[in-house]
Amino acid sequence: MMEMYETHTHDVIVIGAGGAGLRVAIEVSAQGASVGLVCKSLLGKAHTVMAEGGIAAALANVDAGDDWETHFCDTMRGGKMLNNWRMAQLHAQEAPDRVKELERWGALFDRTKEGRIMQRAFGGHTWKRLCHVGDRTGLEMLRTLQDKGVHSGIDVYMECTITDILKDGDRVAGAMGYWRESGKFVVFPTKAIVLATGGIGKIYKVTSNSWEYTGDGQCLAYSAGAELIDMEAVQFHPTGMIWPPSVKGILVTEAVRGEGGILRNSEGQRFMEKYDPENMELSTRDVVARAIYTEVQEGRGSTHGGAYLDISHKDSEIVKRKLPSMYHQFMDFADIDITKAPMEVFPTTHYIMGGVRVEAETGRSTVPGLFAAGEVAGGMHGSNRLGGNSLSDLLVFGRRAGMGAAEYAKGVDAGSLKIDESQIELNEKELLAPFENTGGQNPYTIHQELQDIMQAYFGVFRTEERLQQGIEELAKLRVKASVLTIEGSRIYNPGWHLCRDLKSMLIVSEAIGRTALLRKESRGAHSRVDYPDSDNENWGKVNTVICKHGDEMKVDTSPLPEMPDELKRLFTEVK
Amino acid sequence: MAEATIMVFRGEAHQGGEEKEYTVPVQEGMVVLDALLYIQANYAGDLAVRWNCKAAKCGSCSAEINGKLGLTCKMRMDSLPLEEPVRVYPMKTFPLIKDLVTDVSWNYEIEKRIPPFAPPEGELTMYQEDIDRIQEFRKCIECFLCQNICHVLRTHDRKDSFFGPRYMIKIAELQMHPLDTVDRTELLNGDGGMGFCNITKCCTEVCPENIQITDNAIIPLKERVADRFFDPLLWILRKLAGK
Ligand SMILES: Cc1cc2nc3c(=O)[nH]c(=O)nc-3n(C[C@H](O)[C@H](O)[C@H](O)COP(=O)(O)OP(=O)(O)OC[C@H]3O[C@@H](n4cnc5c(N)ncnc54)[C@H](O)[C@@H]3O)c2cc1C
Ligand code: SF4
Ligand code: SF4
Ligand code: FES
Repeated sequence: MMEMYETHTHDVIVIGAGGAGLRVAIEVSAQGASVGLVCKSLLGKAHTVMAEGGIAAALANVDAGDDWETHFCDTMRGGKMLNNWRMAQLHAQEAPDRVKELERWGALFDRTKEGRIMQRAFGGHTWKRLCHVGDRTGLEMLRTLQDKGVHSGIDVYMECTITDILKDGDRVAGAMGYWRESGKFVVFPTKAIVLATGGIGKIYKVTSNSWEYTGDGQCLAYSAGAELIDMEAVQFHPTGMIWPPSVKGILVTEAVRGEGGILRNSEGQRFMEKYDPENMELSTRDVVARAIYTEVQEGRGSTHGGAYLDISHKDSEIVKRKLPSMYHQFMDFADIDITKAPMEVFPTTHYIMGGVRVEAETGRSTVPGLFAAGEVAGGMHGSNRLGGNSLSDLLVFGRRAGMGAAEYAKGVDAGSLKIDESQIELNEKELLAPFENTGGQNPYTIHQELQDIMQAYFGVFRTEERLQQGIEELAKLRVKASVLTIEGSRIYNPGWHLCRDLKSMLIVSEAIGRTALLRKESRGAHSRVDYPDSDNENWGKVNTVICKHGDEMKVDTSPLPEMPDELKRLFTEVK
Repeated sequence: MAEATIMVFRGEAHQGGEEKEYTVPVQEGMVVLDALLYIQANYAGDLAVRWNCKAAKCGSCSAEINGKLGLTCKMRMDSLPLEEPVRVYPMKTFPLIKDLVTDVSWNYEIEKRIPPFAPPEGELTMYQEDIDRIQEFRKCIECFLCQNICHVLRTHDRKDSFFGPRYMIKIAELQMHPLDTVDRTELLNGDGGMGFCNITKCCTEVCPENIQITDNAIIPLKERVADRFFDPLLWILRKLAGK
């Protein structure tokens, strides 16, 4: 017997209310289509709120030499040329307008003396390019979009988790999920869906990401038949907190280094001299993360097994003004005054460059009616993302996916879409199984085991042997996780919620493992000890691709889109 | 390893509830949220807790700990007397959903009623000196602890007539914006219900972002409203002077 469920019909459903999802919804609404915005947490709490350092846009307010071409080249070089060139181009060209638009919607960036938006230096960016508000840029951005969104006639469905995409033949026809509060099911019949669900960090033990980062969007896309690309490209941010244990993994923003912070090992040596003497601390994240990891491995780690990051040589008032959250974070959680003493840091899982394969202009995936924007989408950042390029990505491609989805929805006759009741019934049964199962596993335990596996086998440095072992461990865990048991009612039950999250996490973990094994080279964030060099001939021209074939996960490669000559020339010209 | 006793309020809407006792190991630097997540993973998988960032940045995890209001992800266990049980309760001002989770949707309804920023045409030029004071208000992480403590809402339940301190600073931020073109004083005095605030400063005391809600927002707003309603001439002069 199927239980009753409520329905809400819209032209477009946006899943996720971070920077990307809100920007999508604002655009869909501006295009005159009806839009529903669904998010797992309360509005205004999405991950974007945690972003610290800034948003990259070639405004040239501080360094007059900046332009979109330079931003484009920096982004491509940072991504080790694995980026979708068209996305990188649109991003560099449109980011300045998106930032100015944000300002018109109420964002208050720090200012230059001339009264324009202030910009700071960040790793891999040639010029001072990151617009910021101290070190709480994400909060400023998310709150601005939230304010704009609530006054744009968007229907917001908060604390509602989407569990499945419903299709009519090839096309998207709706989404279903549950209310966290009541545990009741809800169905959203719709013409188009935009995924804006963010990343996957919670599959790792040490991460800067929140509990929401369980790879739901990647899993929804995969299950609906869409392709995922470059899933091996997981960014380990070089500087996460390591002590005390309670805060292990919490981010220490790159802005610390942008403002002049220095990295040292236990011997007091400024070790970046060895790894990247030209860029030093402001080298790209993949390089700095490997450097810290190597220093610790070779016995030159700090007291708690990391590196020292020191900003205490700077004026203490400036540190407090430019890095207020970092000042409080270390004071409150680690009893360290960063204006007087160094911080201890170690790499932490931060971001996934890979994700749903999308068309650059519209955010369209390979499934009709399914779009993606933000961290859940792949391609823009290649094999390594530059700091600040995510927040700008959210705005540029959020707007584009909004236009793309609204346009697509206009061409679909709602009456032609049918929702398959039997599919809903099947999904409901699967979701409710943990209440009925007896003697199954505790989802929290499975989650911890997953995190241990990912941390041990799929971390900063990878080898064929370890990857193989990890994949076997994951297979065993999947069997174990097939029967889960939980306690309590359906009302606001996190244990039950975790059961569905685990399904996403297991799929995403497998995708990362399989593609990491496939790519037999090192490129950007993907470092293979057994293949330490980049192999441009064989691997520099392909994306790895994951898609679903029956019940099997298929792994393959596909050629990178070819960059036009006028853009190629930018890399050879001396500027 | 040291241990602590945590008494957590457990219950669902309309059914009331009771304290349940749990024992958790205490680690260096541990926060109350760590203890709650430990309870979830080991004793009560269905314990309802709201949290996201675990870094005092998102304002999701507000609760009442030993009768004091705070973010559970910021409250260090070693700041509490662990000889006694630590008591963790949900926010009292908002309707209970389950355990530590309350229904805060009323706040989002208020947000909708405040006219948004309306800039003039053209490039926006602003100087740091002009925005310093409103940037303070923009630090708000919407933890709703100030709303929870304010006696107008908590004791007198006047959600129908007072927007609460969080939205007083929201309005202050817009009113003091150097480029905004809308006047919200009518709203403040009318539906916003600023007259209900009698400057007890309890809101400022609980704000995890240290926003000087009363001194920097509410008092200056009250002065402006007073000018507007009792001294229209001064109000016009200010308007002409651009502030
Ligand atoms: C600590 C930290 C600091 C950072 N600093 C910077 C920085 O300075 N500059 C920069 O450019 N980038 C930074 N980043 C990266 C950047 O913040 C993120 O990549 C970006 O915010 C992701 O935005 P998003 O809109 O894609 O997703 P999010 O903001 O994470 O939003 C995801 C949304 O999807 C919802 N959701 C997920 N699954 C479901 C589901 N099943 N059903 C319904 N809703 C769902 C969530 O509730 C949420 O609303 C930082 C990241 C971290 C962790
Ligand atoms: S100062 Fe005003 S708003 Fe703040 S708690 Fe007291 S009465 Fe409420
Ligand atoms: S003003 Fe302070 S206490 Fe009130 S909601 Fe904002 S951050 Fe929380
Ligand atoms: S969990 Fe984000 S403030 Fe506590």
